[in-house]
Amino acid sequence: MFLINCPYCGERDQAEFSCGGEAHITRPKNPPELTDDQWADYLFMRKNIKGIQFERWNHSNGCRRWFNVVRNTSTDEIIKVYNIGESPPNINGNNPSTPSGEPIIGSGNISTTFEKK
Amino acid sequence: MTKKISFTFDGKKYFGNENNTLAEALIDNGVFLIGRSFKYHRPRGIISAGSEEPNAIVQLESGNVTEPNVRATEVFLYEGLSARSQNNWPSVNFDLGSINDLLSPFFPAGFYYKTFMWPPKFWEKYEYFIRRAAGLGKSPNEDDPDKYEHFHYHCDVLVIGSGISGLYAAELAAKANLKVLLVEQYNSLGGEINSYASQNLQNNKSGKKENYETKLFNEINLKLEKFENVKIIKHTSVFAYMHNNYLLACQKINSKDIRQIIWKIRAQKVVLATGSIERPLIFHNNDRPGIMLANSARKYANRNLNLGKNIIVFTNNDYAYQAAIDFKLLNTATKVLVVDIRNSSKGDLVEQARGLGINILFNHVISNTSGRKKINSVSIHKINENTNSIIDRYGKVSCDLLCVSGGWSPTVHLFTQSRGKLIYRESDATFIPHKSFQNEISIGACNGTFELDKILEETYLKMSKLLSSFNKKIQKSDYNKIEKTFYDKMKHLWIIPSNINFNKTKMFVDYQNDVTAKDIKLALKEGYKSIEHVKRYTTTGMATDQGKTSNINALGIISELSKIPIHDLGTTTFRLPYTPVSFGALAGRHVKEFFDVERTTPMHNWHLDNGAKFEDVGQWKRAWYYPQNGENMFEAVNREVKATRDGIGILDASTLGKIDIKGQDANEFLNRVYTNSWSKLKIGKCRYGIMLGDDGMVIDDGVTSRLAENHYIMTTTTGNAASVMSKLEDWLQTEWPELKVYLTSVTEQFGTISINGPFAKNLMIKLFPNVDFSNENFSHMSFKNADIDNVKCRVMRISFTGEMCYEINVPSSYAKSLWEKCIELGNEYNITPYGTEAMHVLRAEKGFIIVGQETDGSVTPIDLDMSWIVSKKKYDFVGKRALSRKDTARNDRKQLVGILTKDPNYVLEEGAQLVNKISKLPMEMIGHVTSSYYSPNLGRSIALALVKEGLKKKDQTVYAPMPDKTIEVKISNPVFIDPENERVEG
Repeated sequence: MFLINCPYCGERDQAEFSCGGEAHITRPKNPPELTDDQWADYLFMRKNIKGIQFERWNHSNGCRRWFNVVRNTSTDEIIKVYNIGESPPNINGNNPSTPSGEPIIGSGNISTTFEKK
Repeated sequence: MTKKISFTFDGKKYFGNENNTLAEALIDNGVFLIGRSFKYHRPRGIISAGSEEPNAIVQLESGNVTEPNVRATEVFLYEGLSARSQNNWPSVNFDLGSINDLLSPFFPAGFYYKTFMWPPKFWEKYEYFIRRAAGLGKSPNEDDPDKYEHFHYHCDVLVIGSGISGLYAAELAAKANLKVLLVEQYNSLGGEINSYASQNLQNNKSGKKENYETKLFNEINLKLEKFENVKIIKHTSVFAYMHNNYLLACQKINSKDIRQIIWKIRAQKVVLATGSIERPLIFHNNDRPGIMLANSARKYANRNLNLGKNIIVFTNNDYAYQAAIDFKLLNTATKVLVVDIRNSSKGDLVEQARGLGINILFNHVISNTSGRKKINSVSIHKINENTNSIIDRYGKVSCDLLCVSGGWSPTVHLFTQSRGKLIYRESDATFIPHKSFQNEISIGACNGTFELDKILEETYLKMSKLLSSFNKKIQKSDYNKIEKTFYDKMKHLWIIPSNINFNKTKMFVDYQNDVTAKDIKLALKEGYKSIEHVKRYTTTGMATDQGKTSNINALGIISELSKIPIHDLGTTTFRLPYTPVSFGALAGRHVKEFFDVERTTPMHNWHLDNGAKFEDVGQWKRAWYYPQNGENMFEAVNREVKATRDGIGILDASTLGKIDIKGQDANEFLNRVYTNSWSKLKIGKCRYGIMLGDDGMVIDDGVTSRLAENHYIMTTTTGNAASVMSKLEDWLQTEWPELKVYLTSVTEQFGTISINGPFAKNLMIKLFPNVDFSNENFSHMSFKNADIDNVKCRVMRISFTGEMCYEINVPSSYAKSLWEKCIELGNEYNITPYGTEAMHVLRAEKGFIIVGQETDGSVTPIDLDMSWIVSKKKYDFVGKRALSRKDTARNDRKQLVGILTKDPNYVLEEGAQLVNKISKLPMEMIGHVTSSYYSPNLGRSIALALVKEGLKKKDQTVYAPMPDKTIEVKISNPVFIDPENERVEG
């Protein structure tokens, strides 16, 4: 139940918002020219970072506007809120290590093409 | 004079004083046996005076307001209060379950895991007895008649706890003109002050310190009352500390109107002043009624209760001497003896006790106790230098109350819930707050600061820092200099040595779950190392009190037995709620009709008046069918279906989602979100569309009409209206901000009346005499504005039944009267209202899909044999690329087909599995039935199904194996009626 500072309405309770997953995944402009793997990367592959993550949020029980949020997923600290279309801000921060020693990206989510990126 | 109040305990009537807790009243009436323990059914009494109470839990009241596991130490008397002891049969005085105590060698840790394993099929028999033995109180089995509320509250500073530190913190914040909320768990402010020697001691020379603290308390209290910016709520327990200083508290009101209130508090700053909890000592038979925590007994003595005339205090620290002193000063007891584990103490309190003539036995321990239903004597032994074994027997000493003190544990529960990190302090064996995670401070005893002068200093310093961000100057209050008390060191001895073999001892660590020191030893011996594992295996700390009095002792014992230092063991997680919260309070007003929003259409009252049965579609109440003259559902639906194909059927379709789309790029937008092409749709025409996710799977369908050049109205399925709207907004705002398109949900602005059947046009002509309804002028899939009595309506000629059909969209406020007019004018054509069930049959007869019934998120339009609606020409639309992925392009996917049973009267179950041939289990499943009905128009059953390579399997026989028999079915075309689409033209 953290607070989110909606760029249109101001600070509101998390209950008013819904999370739209990872930000800055642009729908390709040339889908017919992509391989199945490339399309699957756009469609399915999402990072699941423990630490600083760029996310889309929607003020779904409020102004219904979408915006971007930089959130530390291990503390729920919201580092920055910025508009859709803006490029991701530079955030200096150390991603915390996981107790299991696993990579900070969820190990189940790494595809071959994803690693190449 | 205090008022006398009558109450009953286990059916017997007693009297108590106003403002007494149930525990206090029971003690005063000499009732020490309050309940039976969980596992061994041992007699148990009151141990503490607060929310940490593990033993004295009772079933409060009976019938629909009964509440189980209520701590007698927290309930205040009211006239007629009725409580019962728990976990005994037939009575607390004579409990057959106490046989378990004699059998206890057979109930070691993990008993249930080890015993009830084999043979597996016996589990069902074991379960009955285990379930009976498990749990403590009984939950009510009737509706709760009481009301509960939720309050939201915002403040600058939330102070939790009203002991000296909390009060002082509240005063400092109040003076800085901040909005302060002070929450106190009990019914009076002051915290520990309530345990101090009472006012009548003021003339006593030795009561100096108490007088000072009480005076200080009164002083701050008086000041606080004058601040308008301070709100104080008592009887309120903060039970959860969540993100961003969001805290939940439960207030017990117990008034006729409201029983409890949940406070949802968002505070800028939080001050934790939650105090500390005394812990018992772990010795043989340490659980008898009449054994109490020293400071709790002291509090009871200060409330002038009859505790006992012969009191022994067993301690490892100086603080417990205060209890002994008070017993003497208050003349509670005639004899007071202190048994101290330590060699000696130079503490001021020890000196004071000595001066009062209290007998002190250093270097001694209590090794055993006696007294079945109440303690009557203790065995005292001298211990050796290393304090690990007894040497000499001192003797058996009689007593009627034994007070124990093993030191104090700061109440860090809320601090750790806030994700703060603890650190272990060796000197007094406490975990104290170390690293904060949120905007809070801990002060006073919950921070491990126990001495008054230090508490005041710490509170001022920490508050100044905490409040600095408000840019307010914090003024120190000028209180008299405090006379310092010197406390000598405590000694922690986790297991008190005894003359009895350790494996035969009953040294209770967790009273509520009946976990003993030897259970912990066994768990360690069996290989459990982590504190989290030992906890779960022995269940220590897992009862309703969450181990408030037992956790540190359990850690100490593990540390001592495993030789691992406590700070390396760490603590188990302190979980919310701090104290149990009833479901009623959490639900608040969200019960019965307020549980969820109920949406009704503008014609709802007509459906009610005409005997409709309703079904829930999301939050909507939709008319399901309209039984007449005692018809059952089957008869009613058959009548409605037939009447629609023979005369006129009328359906309330108001729940369909309606999205108003405007803007110069609206046409382009539709081209992107629907699979078919919208470029050539003329104004006044309608088109059916299928919407996909970018994974190529069907998410919605519906008809969109072009009202003007840049104005469309889209309809969505009832259940998906909100999610489709959100998805469309998502595309517009995040992917295609360049498109000038504006979406507005108008679902509730219009009522929708669907008029179906061969005589639909006749009725429309009567309704709208000025409109030309000829097929040439108003063809299928077109739209017209039409007025009726100056009310503007939108009429669409579209069909979900296969019959000629007009859908009238009318402003909601006129929908009911227009509906009634339709019924009246349609009478000559046998107009028949039909509900959602008939709607399903009618559309299935025609092979029309329902998104969410024929589709489940894994079905493409190609699977539905609807490739005609998927544009080949468009470069892109949402979902297009995915349709050519290897998996979605497979030709052996499940495809939509019709199903005809060999027995025409047998209606398949929806969800029934289909197989190629009957064989031994497991059979290969080739598909499943998605819709299944009896069609009165065909006089037989019909079904739709998704079947692997179904399109190639037309006319083949497959089987539906059911539990009692196997049904033979034939795969058919899914359009059962009018495949040439003649009826829709009239």
